[in-house]
Amino acid sequence: MRQSVENAGTAGISDAIAVERTLAGERDAYHVLVERYSLNLYRLAYRITGNSHDAEEVVQEAFLRAYQKLHQFAGNSNFGTWVYRIAANYAIDRIRQRNAEESRKALRGRPSEDGLEVELIAAVKDPSASPERLARSAELGARMKEALDALTPAERTAIVMRHWEGCAIEEIAAVLNSNSNATKNTVFRAVSKLRKALEPFTELRGTARAMGSES
Amino acid sequence: MKHMTEEELIAYRDGEGRGREAFIAHLNECVECRREMERVEAVYAALDAMPVPDPGEDYGRRVWQQIAPRLPEKRGNWRGVFFEPRRLAAFGAVAALVFLAFFVGRISKKHASGPEVTEEKVRERVLVVAVGEHLGRSEMVLVELANTQPEKGQKFVDISAEQKRAEDLLEENRLYRQTALREGDTAMASTLDELERVLLDIANSPDEVTAAQFESLRKHIESKGILFKVRVVNQELRAREKRTKPSPAQQNLGAKERNKV
Repeated sequence: MRQSVENAGTAGISDAIAVERTLAGERDAYHVLVERYSLNLYRLAYRITGNSHDAEEVVQEAFLRAYQKLHQFAGNSNFGTWVYRIAANYAIDRIRQRNAEESRKALRGRPSEDGLEVELIAAVKDPSASPERLARSAELGARMKEALDALTPAERTAIVMRHWEGCAIEEIAAVLNSNSNATKNTVFRAVSKLRKALEPFTELRGTARAMGSES
Repeated sequence: MKHMTEEELIAYRDGEGRGREAFIAHLNECVECRREMERVEAVYAALDAMPVPDPGEDYGRRVWQQIAPRLPEKRGNWRGVFFEPRRLAAFGAVAALVFLAFFVGRISKKHASGPEVTEEKVRERVLVVAVGEHLGRSEMVLVELANTQPEKGQKFVDISAEQKRAEDLLEENRLYRQTALREGDTAMASTLDELERVLLDIANSPDEVTAAQFESLRKHIESKGILFKVRVVNQELRAREKRTKPSPAQQNLGAKERNKV
């Protein structure tokens, strides 16, 4: 029989109470936290690592580490922010490790396990796109993926947390063990590198838009 | 007005608040900067278009199923939480000190007739010494991190030892902070609170960090000025320790009283 969080009668409890109950040995209370934050952690991890396999690994490891260190957390901040930070740290480790392995195996340019996302981009952005535009969007998506993979782990984490997750600079700085100014620079470097990598595309798009706005 | 730099454009797009009105006015007038801005926008639009696969509605439940068997048992009830080894060790240390302070205070009160040797002063002295030692150990961790210089070409720095020590200091720090709050010593509680955040940062860092990350961690510690604050509070505690220390004359007086008995 499927044991749901609702059945455990703990679904509506606050994070702080869930943490307290977990520390008191009530495992279902931790189940609540896992269900509550899994999806957000997955999105973050996927964007930092760039593939589902690593993202799932990061989510599991983040919850395991958080459980082990729960007595240290003890209500110092928001549980979501805390576990998010653990996940981001582990995701950075994970891509660093993967990059090292890949450079050892000299397998640069290996296609992603989630290569299908390239085609999805076109559909998401413009469902009525012509085959040419679809192909072009696919190309843009592929280039963007390459450009993201070429960022340093810190740059990638910074742009993911800033742009997609809307995190404050201070929050990102805490994950990167950095200060606010250095973190702002990291975000800037990331955007600048992406822009250079996408230049052929942004040039056309920018020109087209500018022309449109002037007419 | 001169053209915007790429950094300014990105800062504006990123929500930077300073000079926004002038910036918008310039963008409205300058076609070149507007085009540049649109190129930056195009990067963000391309980022937005990167989809994340949907792991499914029951993803949270699946994560739970995968990790649940790997979760070590917590102690099972509130006693388990209380008697968690690290918590117990730290609590035990503080409780022992409080008891010692109380006990020593009673003995001192009974035997020493000097007006300044009060039970309260002795208790304060014992706690002051304990917190001072804790701050000394914390200071050592911070100093070691501050003084470590990665060698030229060294890619990673192993901070696992400092990380482990920071973890050990955390629980103790929390108890001293709570005690300081209860005693109404807000200055001490505030410093211990700041120290706790830095210790938490160190404890939550990866075992091995890149040289650049290590430098950032060091700068982060420096920017908080925590090392300086810890030193100041520690010096203050030493001064308090001296003030609460009974003078030789008081000690002799106490001994004479005891000999009479």
